[in-house]
Amino acid sequence: MRLINHIPGKPLAVLLAALPFIALFAAYSIGSDIRLDANPQDKLLPAPSTIAETAQRLFTEPDRRSKEILLWNDTFASLARLLGGVGISALLSLLIGLAIGLLPYARSAMSSFIAVVSMVPPLALLPILFIVFGLGETSKVVLIVIGITPFMTRDLAQRVLEIPQEQIVKAQTLGASSAVIALRVALPQVLPRLISNVRLSLGSAWLFLIAAEAVASNVGLGYRIFLVRRYLAMDVILTYVIWITFLAFLIDWLLKTLSRKAFPWMEAGL
Amino acid sequence: MSFVSVSNVWQKYGNRSILERVNVEIDEGEFISIVGASGCGKSTFLRMLLAQERPHKGEISIDGGVTAKEPNRERGVVFQKYSVFPHLSVRENLIAAESFDTAFGRLSGEKRKTAAERADAMLERIGLNHVADQYPASLSGGMQQRLAIGQAMTAKPRILLLDEPFGALDPGTRLQMHDFLLELRDETNMTVFMVTHDLQEGFKLGDRVLVFDKPRWDPHDPGMYGATITYDFDARDGGIPFQLKEDADVSA
Ligand SMILES: Nc1ncnc2c1ncn2[C@@H]1O[C@H](COP(=O)(O)OP(=O)(O)OP(=O)(O)O)[C@@H](O)[C@H]1O
Ligand SMILES: [Mg+2]
Repeated sequence: MRLINHIPGKPLAVLLAALPFIALFAAYSIGSDIRLDANPQDKLLPAPSTIAETAQRLFTEPDRRSKEILLWNDTFASLARLLGGVGISALLSLLIGLAIGLLPYARSAMSSFIAVVSMVPPLALLPILFIVFGLGETSKVVLIVIGITPFMTRDLAQRVLEIPQEQIVKAQTLGASSAVIALRVALPQVLPRLISNVRLSLGSAWLFLIAAEAVASNVGLGYRIFLVRRYLAMDVILTYVIWITFLAFLIDWLLKTLSRKAFPWMEAGL
Repeated sequence: MSFVSVSNVWQKYGNRSILERVNVEIDEGEFISIVGASGCGKSTFLRMLLAQERPHKGEISIDGGVTAKEPNRERGVVFQKYSVFPHLSVRENLIAAESFDTAFGRLSGEKRKTAAERADAMLERIGLNHVADQYPASLSGGMQQRLAIGQAMTAKPRILLLDEPFGALDPGTRLQMHDFLLELRDETNMTVFMVTHDLQEGFKLGDRVLVFDKPRWDPHDPGMYGATITYDFDARDGGIPFQLKEDADVSA
């Protein structure tokens, strides 16, 4: 039988899915063991048990000076910036995308502009943002917005344009105004796409967030990682990295579930 | 005065002529079948009746009105596909035919209730009451087209335009759809234009069959001349050519 026709059974599939994780963990443990054997003071690859202890300390013990648990403070600060930026981007891209997709005037005025703007490397704008908006929250949120809105807008506009012309004409024969076509025909059909765009953009959004926090901040997950880098605190960094990965995964999963629950018509054909 | 009047209509895209000198008068309640070779401009003619595009030259008037600039509730349409809204349930698709005409595209309270009742009556009529809460994607092609026709009728248009509405259906379903359409027509006396590739279907359903073809042909430049109505058959009495019948009436 051809390789493309070999399909793993359920238990085997689960095992295969777990395999890369196990392999990574094993490789890390072995590497860590070797280094610690040679030099018990080695900080580069802390033992998994050390990371677990550090993680427990970070999640539960308050800071001696501020009496607050820094990890949670960092998490809330970062999530607020991330969700703020992504939320604003989603709203903007939806509005502009609908306008470009439905209104020929908006299309003429905006589509080349968006195409050019989406080529600007956002991180290169970071210094400008710090100068214009200061070192506070605004510049970080704006970086995320500038970083992901053009891509989402282009994609949504494209999606609106892909709605069969027949449907748009049909709506007009039912007496729908432009606003009703936007609200009742286009919007519901691009919302699932908006969610998948948000899912795709979250990776970049995290990147921009951590970059901005690394440069100028006094709280936040990215800030903390770059702060403890000075002390070579790999156990802290790795805890934060795993935590960020978990948060990203959780948000993605929530969006995926929301999308499936909210748009039953998408799966009606399957 | 005829109900739909098409006078000296031309259409061209760039410098390609598609239609030229199209003239036809249609009475209220007539069922017009439109046939012709692929690419000769049947859909283009329908799009102009629909006011989705405007003629290059000429006038199309419904009940004495001026040539429309954009589609409106006077003209209902069913395309070969994509005629219903995939994100609305079957019942909501019918309610949309009433609610889309409002400021926000929604009905509330008593209005919504009566619209839903009318929708359910229509569902009964088109035989889709058992799938009222399903989404169009889960319906068969024939059911989707019945829904599309029901939706168009709910808006009570003055003319109904059908562009190969049964083109994608299997022969059996097609026959069922014929019966369905004929019944619906007997009840409403709607003026219908239907493009079809199936001559038999055209003659079976239509009162008149219009044939589009190019009367002039430039061998060096096929885009030079457009198509027009070359035959206008009376399909009521077994398909005696319309013109001949008129001649016969005159001589009688
Ligand atoms: N928007 C447009 N721009 C340019 N050319 C067009 C446009 N719409 C249609 N045409 C051309 O006009 C001609 C007639 O098209 P139309 O769709 O009306 O043909 P049709 O008779 O409906 O054909 P079919 O039976 O295949 O549906 C075709 O050659 C097509 O390529
Ligand atoms: Mg056609």
